This record gives sequence, structure tokens and C-alpha cells, in this order.
Amino acid sequence: MSGGHTHQLYVEHETLVHRLPPQCKLIAVLTFVIAVVSTPRSAVWPYAVYAGALAAVAVLARIPAPLILRRMVVEVPFVVFALLLPVISRGPRVDVLGVSMSESGLAAAGILLAKGTLGVVASILLAATTRPRDLLLGLQHLRMPQLLVQIMTFMFRYVEVVLAEMGRMRVARESRGFRARNLGQLRVLAHSAGALFIRCFERGERVHLAMLSRGYSGRLPTLDGAQARSTDWAVAACLPAAAVLASAAAWFAVGR
Amino acid sequence: MHVPDGFINAPVSLATGLVAVAGLAVCLRGAQRELDDKTAPLAGLVAAFIFAVQMLNFPVAVGTSGHLMGGALAAVLVGPYTGVLCVSVVLLVQALFFADGGLTALGTNIVLMALVTAVVGYTITVLAQAVLPNVRGSLVPAAALGALVSVPAAALVFVLLFALGGNADIPLGEVVAGMTGVHVLIGIGEATITGLTVGSILAVRPDLVYAARRYRQDLAIHHAPAR
Amino acid sequence: MSSPPSLVVEGLAFAYPDGHQALYGVDLTVGRGERVAVLGPNGAGKTTLVLHLNGILTGGRGRVEVAGLPVAKTNLAEIRRRVGIVFQDPDDQLFMPTVREDVAFGPANLGLRGPELADRIEEALALVGMAGYADRPPHHLSYGQRRRVAVATVLAMRPEILVLDEPSSNLDPASRRELADILLALPVTILMVTHDLPYALQLCPRAVILDDGVIVRDAPTYDLLCDDATMAAHRLELPFGFDPRTVARPTG
Repeated sequence: MSGGHTHQLYVEHETLVHRLPPQCKLIAVLTFVIAVVSTPRSAVWPYAVYAGALAAVAVLARIPAPLILRRMVVEVPFVVFALLLPVISRGPRVDVLGVSMSESGLAAAGILLAKGTLGVVASILLAATTRPRDLLLGLQHLRMPQLLVQIMTFMFRYVEVVLAEMGRMRVARESRGFRARNLGQLRVLAHSAGALFIRCFERGERVHLAMLSRGYSGRLPTLDGAQARSTDWAVAACLPAAAVLASAAAWFAVGR
Repeated sequence: MHVPDGFINAPVSLATGLVAVAGLAVCLRGAQRELDDKTAPLAGLVAAFIFAVQMLNFPVAVGTSGHLMGGALAAVLVGPYTGVLCVSVVLLVQALFFADGGLTALGTNIVLMALVTAVVGYTITVLAQAVLPNVRGSLVPAAALGALVSVPAAALVFVLLFALGGNADIPLGEVVAGMTGVHVLIGIGEATITGLTVGSILAVRPDLVYAARRYRQDLAIHHAPAR
Repeated sequence: MSSPPSLVVEGLAFAYPDGHQALYGVDLTVGRGERVAVLGPNGAGKTTLVLHLNGILTGGRGRVEVAGLPVAKTNLAEIRRRVGIVFQDPDDQLFMPTVREDVAFGPANLGLRGPELADRIEEALALVGMAGYADRPPHHLSYGQRRRVAVATVLAMRPEILVLDEPSSNLDPASRRELADILLALPVTILMVTHDLPYALQLCPRAVILDDGVIVRDAPTYDLLCDDATMAAHRLELPFGFDPRTVARPTG
């Protein structure tokens, strides 16, 4: 689950990676991940290239490895699924530590884990080097519908406020000796969820009133940010270029 | 669980991406029709609510816990259009800011966790409402049923996508059976918490619950006796 | 000819769609440059009154005029420029990603752009002592700082009258005093809805009591607070140990 607090995502530094316009970074990461996902099944060596490219970005951006590893916990549920694959897959089987596993399943699980992990690390690097507001700005530059950007902006503004309200409710519950232990106690959690919804909805209405009071007439201002220069795009292209080349080379090798 | 990168192959991911874009476009229009110039602040706050409520862990079976997916809950509370929109925004934020769910799998995740859960959950809820007595309290079991069905429905669509574009050779029949079984269990947790949450809101602010609009009484008109 | 009063409310009555009537004929005139406190128990109709001042609620009886301009659908934009409402919870008021964007929201809706807009932002933030905080996200500020930025967001529209809803709520004593200093120095008309009677005495020479949807008293704040019978009749209580008679009678 995506725990933690939003303001801890960004790691403050003044590096080349941090300074790149957000729209360039978004496109770079997306292209990188597409290249990784498109790697042919039989190829193994391209993953070394991908991992090396990400490691280079992490070093350039001065993002410490322990931080990246800590945030990789979002991957855990998926790792469990990947570990099940070799057990349930068909085909010739091998024994690993006394458990019969499918050979093709083992290979598939390995590839899945590699691709998934590279995607997660790329996203972690993006969030660690780009302020949330700048990411929204990048999406706006990339022509995401205005209304969607605005909803995300409001969500991002209020998520901390809502989490703080939920935290106070939890403290109030636990102060009276409550712990969620069985299904019967779901009623208490649901009551908190219901109260939280009412508070969120009412706050949404109050925010709307505050907007109207300052002359809102249905049009929100767009976020202001610099346009990307061609040099920015060239710098940002380094990461996906390495990945695309490796992936294409692997396809070429398969085709021969 | 958010589908990560590489789970579903590129062509199928592209297809789900297109479905997600089309679905979002429809929901943006639908939400704006309902909320007008309130759309951005209200949908933003409801998305923040969904994000927060997904962190509420509840016990599923001995020693394991699950968390709410919230698609059916969102659809029942704010309507299917706004509901899909809010859950999709949560998924976008989770993928972009928290690395939870792959960027190339964003379309797949929106289809599974926003479109399928909200549409299935809402449809089942409305069908159940039509069968149950026409009183406000009927919404609680109706919403619970919607939530119960929405979880295995999303799991089934996931298995279907995995069969089409998964990168492993798995026995489809057994996986369908296994996934459905496990997700009916998870669905019971989702159903319980959805029903109870809807019930607790109905008790305080029934006017806020979208799916309870059908129980609103028309204003009474008293005719003056003819003279 | 002297300029018209900042605010004229005449015979204002209003019922919500659910039938609940909140206002029963409010009369209130606030002269230019005055600072007036609106006191009254919970449920007296204070919030309903505030939402009429800039035309968010309309459709009842009576009329509201701001510096001579009647509140009507046709001139809502100008009315909302003239009436700056600072809501109770600053988190409701500060909805943009950064302080600068938030302060810019109002004047940008008025059509200001570029350097003119930037000047307005600078000016408003300087007035509340938050000049160095333009690029901060609001949730990184303390509660007192957020309240001050909320004041700046409406000052940036150069309002005729500043309407504050419970300005001292949730403030620690230092933030409370800082806000008072700022408000006292502002060259605008102020209408302040509050339960905080010492704050009303400190900031507003004049006070009115709103109860059951009508203005029941209109007098110098000092006299009101010293009138034990009126205070008790409208559920107004001074904090323990506070005696207005021991406070120097304000000049104003």
C-alpha cells in the first residue's frame, strides 16, 4: 500500500536530474518503461543495461540506495504473486528445495520480477527528483485534460489534511482501547470511514464557497511553468535511449 | 493489488490504456454534468478520501488483512461517473508519486480497479435496489452486494487480461477458480465495510449519498379545498 | 458628498430550501473604515448573514449594498471583489499548491496578469507579514501563518470590506496577537464574526448582537460587554477572569 507522507517523496538536491523540466522526465520514464516491458522473452543481458542506466541516474541525482530500497516495499504483494507462478505454471518441472516447479514458470517469474522492479525504481526516481506540483505541471504540458489536472491538484493539496483527520480519529479510537481484531469490529472502522467521507464532502463544498467568494466563475488558473528547451529533451532522452537500444538489439538477436 | 510494469504485455496494455482513456473521457463529461463548477474541488476531496480510506486495513482471515478497493463505495456515494473519476485519480497519483502500479500498467489498473469495480458495483447496487423494498435502509445490503460482486469481477477481468497478454503459461481454468475463490473472501470484507460505511453516512447525511436519491420524497403539495 | 457606507443591510430575511428560516429581518449599516464585531450564540444566523454579503446566498427578502452597489446577480463579480470573506478554516481558503498561486487566485479572476498581478501578491503578503513565503505549499505553514495568508488572499483583491469568520479560532496567544496587530493596521472596513469577546473588544469599537435571526443590540463593544443582563440574555459569556471594566476603555 502506498503509505507514507507525500512531502517525504521529494528529495531536495540541486542536480541536473532535479532541474530537468518535469514533462521531459515524464516522457523519459514512460519511454524507458515501455522499452523494458517490450524486451523479448529469451533475452537476459538487456536487464543489466536497464539497471545500469537507472543506477547512473540515481548517482547523478544523488538519491541514496537505501531510500530507493525502502520505497520498493510497494512491490511486495506482487512479489508474492510472482513467486507463485513457478508452482502453478505448466510444462517440464524441476525440483527447487524439494518443491516441484515449472521451468517456464521460473523463467517467467524471473522476468516479471525484473520488469516490475525496473518500473518501480524508475517511478521512485521520478518522484524523488520532481516536486509534486511540478509533476502536475508536467502532465499539464503533456496535454492531460485540464479538469483532470485540477482534480489531481486538489487531491494533492488536501490529502495531507484528510490523512491528519483520519489519524486523529484513529488516536481517538485507540485511546478508548480499540484495535481492529475481528470482523465484528469493522463497524467501528466503517463509522470512521463514514465520518471521514462527510468531512471530505463538506470541505469540498466549503472550498467551493471560498473559491466563489474570490470571483471563481468556473475557470481555474493553469499552473505556470517554463517550457522545455531542446537541450532539456536531449538530456532527458539519454535514459530511454539506452533502454530502447538494448531492447531493439535483443529483438535483432532473436530475429537472426 | 496494483498491477506493475511487465505483468501484461505491450499490446494488451495499449488496449487497456485506450479503454481507460475512453472511459475517463466519458466520466469527465458525466461528472461535470452533475457537479458543474464544483467538479474540481469536490472530486479532488473525494479522491483524497478514497486514498485515505484505502489505508484502513481490516482483518480478512486469520493473520491476514486486506484493504478497501473503494470502487463500489465511491460509485454508491458520488455516482458512477464521479466515482470512476476519483478512483482513477487515486491510481494516477499512486503510480506517478508512489511508484504503486506501473506506468505502462496504468490503463490496466484503471480498467480493473476504477471502471470494473465502480460499474459492476454500481449496476449490482441499482439492480438490488429495484428488488428490495423502496426504503432508504435497503441501500445498505444493496451496496454491500455491489461491493461483494465488484471484487471477484475485477479479479476475473484481470485473469482474462493475463490470459491474453500475460507472460506465463498457466492453466487458465484453475487460476480462474482460485482467483475467484480468494476474491470472494476479500469481497466479503469489502462488502461489509462498504455496507456499514454507507449505512453510517445514511444515518447522518442521507442527502450526500448519490444512490439514495431515489428514496427522496417529493415535496408535498396541499391543494386548497374547492370553494 | 461623502462616500456611501461600506455595507448596508436592510430587512434581510432568508430561509433555506429545507424550510429552516435563519434570518428574520437584519438591519445593519457599517460606515467606511469602521471595525464592527458581530456577536451571537451558535445558530443565531451569523454564517447565513456572512454568505449574503457577497451574494452566495440570495433569494430571500431585503437588500444588501456594498459601497452603494446592490448585491445582485448582474454585478456579482464586482461585489465579490469588494467583499473579502476570510473563512474560519484556512485550509478551506488555501486550495492552491503554493501561497503565491493562492494569493493570485482572486486578482487573476479579476483579470489581472503579469507584473500587475505580481505587485498585488507582493503587496498583500507584505501587509500580513508573510512576504518571504510565496513559494511555500500552504500545508507547510503553521496554523497562524495560514490564517494570515488567508487574509492576504482577500486583501489582494483590494476589498472595500473585510469579513472575518472567527479570526482568532485555534490560534495560540502569540499568533492571536500578531493577527490583531495586522488587522489594526489595515486601512479597510472590517466586519468580524466571533465568539472571542476580548478579541472583539480589542479590535472593534462597535459590536452588534445577532440572535434568532435579527440584530438585537448595536452599541459600543465596551458598553455591550459591561451590560451583564444583555450578555446573559443572549448566551454571551466572558472568559473566566476577564473583566472588561479593568481593561482600558478603547479609543476609537
